[in-house]
Amino acid sequence: MRNRSESLIYHLMLLPGMLVLFLFSIIPMAGIVIAFQKFVPAKGVLHSAWVGMDNLAFMFQIPDSRQVFLNTIIIAAMKVVAGLAVPIIFALVLNELRSSWFKRTIQTIVYIPHFISWVILAGIITNLFSLDGIVNQLLSLFGVDPVMFLASNFWFRPILIGTDVWKEFGFGTIVYLAAIAGINPNLYEAAVIDGAGRFKQLMYITLPGVVPTIILLSTLSLGNILNAGFDQIFNLYNPLVYESSDIVDTYVFRVGLVEMQYGLATAVGLLKSIVAFLLIIISYMLARKLSNYRIF
Amino acid sequence: MFSRFDSRLGNGLLYLVAGAAAALCLAPFIHSIAVSFSDKSSVAAGYVFFWPVKFTVSAYTLLLNDVQFFKSFLISVQRVLLGGSLSMILTLLMAYPLSKETEVFRSRNLYIWIIVSTMLFNGGLIPWYMTIKTLHLTNTIWGLVIPGAVAAFNVILMINFFRALPKELQDAGGMDGAGPIVLLMKIYVPLSLPSLATIGLFTIVGHWNAFFDGMILMDDPKDYPLQTYIQQLVVSERNFANLTVEELKRLSEVSNKTLNTAKILISMLPILAIYPFLQKYFTKGIVLGSVKE
Repeated sequence: MRNRSESLIYHLMLLPGMLVLFLFSIIPMAGIVIAFQKFVPAKGVLHSAWVGMDNLAFMFQIPDSRQVFLNTIIIAAMKVVAGLAVPIIFALVLNELRSSWFKRTIQTIVYIPHFISWVILAGIITNLFSLDGIVNQLLSLFGVDPVMFLASNFWFRPILIGTDVWKEFGFGTIVYLAAIAGINPNLYEAAVIDGAGRFKQLMYITLPGVVPTIILLSTLSLGNILNAGFDQIFNLYNPLVYESSDIVDTYVFRVGLVEMQYGLATAVGLLKSIVAFLLIIISYMLARKLSNYRIF
Repeated sequence: MFSRFDSRLGNGLLYLVAGAAAALCLAPFIHSIAVSFSDKSSVAAGYVFFWPVKFTVSAYTLLLNDVQFFKSFLISVQRVLLGGSLSMILTLLMAYPLSKETEVFRSRNLYIWIIVSTMLFNGGLIPWYMTIKTLHLTNTIWGLVIPGAVAAFNVILMINFFRALPKELQDAGGMDGAGPIVLLMKIYVPLSLPSLATIGLFTIVGHWNAFFDGMILMDDPKDYPLQTYIQQLVVSERNFANLTVEELKRLSEVSNKTLNTAKILISMLPILAIYPFLQKYFTKGIVLGSVKE
């Protein structure tokens, strides 16, 4: 008897949260039917005309969408690789520092950019790389002519990758430092007795000690291969660099909410959701197999 | 002899690399601070690097007269307070029942599957926007607060944390006739303050930093939260990037680079103010979330 009334209370406790999820996550899932309609907001989802696969077919015809998916994957993949490599190297450097107050100070500083929004950072970065910005001023000291970095298809992607690494590398070291801290100190003592120097300790103890973490994080980052970073790109790009930096999310925003081609935008978003879903499942299964990872 | 020299050189190099990385992280902010305290024409001429040139606080006095900036600042504070507390309450209310064993709470697995499914698949931007519009949440602060109130990942973190607490606590409390809500508030919450702080702080940062929902849900710029307000500034500034050098020179005389930079810096302050707390908790939170044995 007591069990049943307790269950009832549990259901009631879950109700408000589930209502929010239902309204803003589940219903929008059903809303993907817009991808198969000639959607008119005034008529709503229920009364808009059906067009079957027209939106999807159109999406595959226009060159924009191909470019957009290509850009997304290239930018995201480069960010994933750089975002894995730099924190590992930096964690190893930090780990070798003897002075602990110096190490703590460095950590305090490099974590900061992670917490600052892309809006603010985009404002700062725009100033840095503008024609009269500090980067061009410094270059002019070496006699280099001013470059319009943020309007150049050659420079824009490297700037995206570079500033993303700049923002996140410090924060990324936390997981690796935790993994290094978990290595059994006896291993180092034994190595010292066997005459291993610092470099050999790094190569044969520290590095193998973080390999499981590296494997885990790289498999999990597979699920992010379609997230090229909307906030960053949206706040930095301009029409001149659409060619090299327009990604699925920015494209969906422009086509859908600015040009109001709801059907097409939803279709593009749907394709992304499906691919992302498959990637997340694959990466989770890999992580489960390779490093026994479970979210529960 | 040689090896001692080598190791000293190596050490020096390591300190140099670490120091340079930290300097690189701070440099853009220091440059911005210098710009905000410099006189307009020195900034336009590119004389300002990491120290103010012709020091002046005129950008900040101009900022004081900007009513909309403070209005947006207040809206952001409002959404942080409302959104933060709503998220915490809903997350706790969900995590407690779901931390029970299936024998105790039979529907547990069904709920968990629904929650996980929202992490795996989403309808995309357009259906999300249409839903909010249909529910008449556009142009209200609730539109910024309610739709994202439940973060599935945080609920799962909290469930995992509650499950790690000893079960005897619950039995002892239950014996005295305490109901679930009392147990949650009197036993579970006090014991999980560190993870609550982690989730709470990240929710606060998320709300403070969000610009996109403000941009698409608010029709009137008067209702923009601070980040959306800043975003509009940044976009108008950025269009200058496409002009020729002559046009740019003319424009930078009238552009308000120092004022805009001052606004950007002030909008960072709240994050920096809570940063010591963030730093205290996020290490735990990150490790909790990503490397779990």
